[in-house]
Amino acid sequence: MTVLLYLVVYAAFLTFVIACIVRVVRLVKAPLHLRWELYPVPHEAPEHAAHGGSYYEDSNWWTEKRKFNLGGELAAMLPEMIFLKGLWEFNRRLWRVSFLFHFGLYLLIATMVMVLATAVLNLGVPGAGLAMILALVYRITGGLGALLALIGAAGLFLRRTGDKELKNYTAPADIFNLLFFLVTFGVLVAGYLLRPPVTSVQQIARGILTFDTALAVPPLLGAGLMLGAALMAYIPLTHMSHFIAKYFLYHHIRWDDAPNMRGSRIEAKLAQYLAYRPTWSAAHMGADGSKTWVDIATSNPNDWLSAKPQAAGPEVKK
Amino acid sequence: MSRHIDLRDISRKDREPLTQVRNEDLMPLPAPFDSPDKDRPWTPLSAATREKYECGLDDTCVVNIPQPKTPEEEAELVRRFIAGLQKLFNEENNWTLLQPLLLTMEHCAKCQSCSDACHLYEASGHNELYRPTYRSEIMRRAYFKYVKNGGPISRFQHGDIEANWPMVARLIELSYRCNLCRRCAQACPMGCDNGLVARELRKLFSQEMGISAKEHHDRGSMLQLKVGSSTGMTAEVVKDNIEFIDEDTSERTGIKVETPWDVEGADVLLIHNAGEIMAWPENPGAFAVILNAAGIKWTLSSELAGYDSINYGLWYDDAQFARVAIKHAQAAQKLKAKKIVIGECGHAHKALTVIADRVLCGDLNIPRESSLTLLRDIVMSGRLKLDPTRNDFPVTLHDPCNLVRLMGVVEPQREIIRKICPQFREMYPHGVDNYCCGGGSGFAIISGNNFPDWRFHVSGRKKLQQVLNAFSECLDPSVPKYVCAPCSNCKGQFRDLFAYYNLWEDHRILYGGLVELIVNAMTDVKPGFIEWEWH
Repeated sequence: MTVLLYLVVYAAFLTFVIACIVRVVRLVKAPLHLRWELYPVPHEAPEHAAHGGSYYEDSNWWTEKRKFNLGGELAAMLPEMIFLKGLWEFNRRLWRVSFLFHFGLYLLIATMVMVLATAVLNLGVPGAGLAMILALVYRITGGLGALLALIGAAGLFLRRTGDKELKNYTAPADIFNLLFFLVTFGVLVAGYLLRPPVTSVQQIARGILTFDTALAVPPLLGAGLMLGAALMAYIPLTHMSHFIAKYFLYHHIRWDDAPNMRGSRIEAKLAQYLAYRPTWSAAHMGADGSKTWVDIATSNPNDWLSAKPQAAGPEVKK
Repeated sequence: MSRHIDLRDISRKDREPLTQVRNEDLMPLPAPFDSPDKDRPWTPLSAATREKYECGLDDTCVVNIPQPKTPEEEAELVRRFIAGLQKLFNEENNWTLLQPLLLTMEHCAKCQSCSDACHLYEASGHNELYRPTYRSEIMRRAYFKYVKNGGPISRFQHGDIEANWPMVARLIELSYRCNLCRRCAQACPMGCDNGLVARELRKLFSQEMGISAKEHHDRGSMLQLKVGSSTGMTAEVVKDNIEFIDEDTSERTGIKVETPWDVEGADVLLIHNAGEIMAWPENPGAFAVILNAAGIKWTLSSELAGYDSINYGLWYDDAQFARVAIKHAQAAQKLKAKKIVIGECGHAHKALTVIADRVLCGDLNIPRESSLTLLRDIVMSGRLKLDPTRNDFPVTLHDPCNLVRLMGVVEPQREIIRKICPQFREMYPHGVDNYCCGGGSGFAIISGNNFPDWRFHVSGRKKLQQVLNAFSECLDPSVPKYVCAPCSNCKGQFRDLFAYYNLWEDHRILYGGLVELIVNAMTDVKPGFIEWEWH
């Protein structure tokens, strides 16, 4: 059981890291897109950001040095990351359970980090001061986190299964995912509460770190940890990896107001894309696979389509 | 209430519409339209239209897709839809918006936080078909199935959808049931964008299948690229019209007005939406009065498309968009203009300043700015003598989505109005939280079949509610009222919406631009530039 637990944890951790890296790399490598920002953009200069405005409110804006309002951006980011401000504003009913769930998860992740840190500290100097403090803190964060996450997951599950509004948009995996969380948290909590008094979480963490096969892990707690590890590996393989996606959705799209100045890096990237050869089939595109975007954008479809306007109906290749 | 519409209904093989909107389903309006029987009746689609075209979505029909004649033809169209879908997720074909689209496809939490932000969904009485995620979820399932080649595990994860011709035909129409105002995206905690999905679907249909609204393509971008303007005006005609406007404006204002053409090295190349010249000539006339009075060295261009700022490609097609944006930049380049200033047209603002920013490179990257900032500078500088009492009537301001939420130009127009309109009152919400006029994404120029009924009952309803609320204490026709809409497309919608509901006749609610208010307040100008007449 112990060896199996260790192997599952190692494999899950590795899967989590690799899947996250793959997702990040895929998104980083995606081409720069046309600007598609949405105001308010919080890093605009404070005099604009106050009402959701942009540098376009200034005449001759290109002659001014752009001010990046870090304070404004942090003031928008942190409440969103910690308190799910968007959900609070636009979907209060869902926020009640979603916030509990997410905040519980944050506390559990913090607990996991503290348990591991305590184990590491205790490897060197058992019972060191910091380790003792951390051990006290993680008991509180762990208990509270598990409670909030369980209540939140149950609330999300009930809403997902009971709300008619969501029925149309619910795939089987959406139910499965919430059940996965519920069962994992449930087994973990039960395993922790029902563990023999001699078993400490810190010992297990130390065992995982040192591959201590002599350690006996109680079966129920071991099952909970394996489920937790599997969940960790599963999340970045699904749409629940929004902790990665959200960074790009906000910083690379919604708040990306960087203007393209002559000779800039943006312009260099665009030059590369404008040499691409699209293959769109509609006649007005004139994209036969040999023409670049520049060729297409500088052409006039009236030159090759006859004087007769294109029909509104579909083009069917016979 | 409308019956439940399942996602799978989109693939239903019968030709019956998935929904019909009735007045009693709609979002209630304030007085005087505070009961369904006080609302206008709907004109049904004609039997001939239903027989000839694919009308299986709802009460109306925008795109007029002829019905395929054979099963083979249907199969070919579905094949091309799937091919187009795959191209949307291919870097060479869609570098322009690939990353935003991918993220929206893969990370929607299906929480429906966006739904209540959508004015169409709310105004329709929460009709499932107009929920922002209905269209997106269909595309999402098609993406995982036909682009990612998903099997049983994918179906378990993301659900399933069947791509058949009825589904494609309905999806084409459904992509034209969104104003692309992106208010839903603002409400998404993840940052996903259902407006983008509608826009990218339109792109797929146009760029791969040659299907689009004729008002956008044949009579829009194609005509503009052919003769210079979607109005059909050639350079000669537009010069004639401006000459007439100059004469008329001179007479109305008592100030000699002359519009400069093709002035090399001008500080400002002003590009109007040519619709203003045709439908609201007082707007370009007022611009000329203000710019001349302020001593601006400005010009219009007679180059192909250089006198019409519209860019309908923004709503449906990247290639058409880029072609027109380049024409605009080339007009400025030829005149060696120091900057392009865009007249009162919301989508032209966003198209040429924001979206074209990553199309125009090198010498074509000519500085571009909003006329509203230039006007703000002129008005606040004291260069014009202004008397606010000339505008002493109730005024409210409509925020064009493209100017505020999609570009961040919020305050300049307010600074002007606060200075010259003593009875200014805001609509609520406003600024970046505004509601679309209902004519966004080109709806204002679409009037085929019975689409106007849908446009006024559903897409314009929220704005109608806002206007009535803004003037609630002065609806009496003895008080003339003014909705300031610094956007041609929005003005087109207001004109038709107000006429539909008789707001001018019954309540003396007029609409118009911002420059008209400025000139109306100019003490050097004969009083009464704003003529309280319906137009």
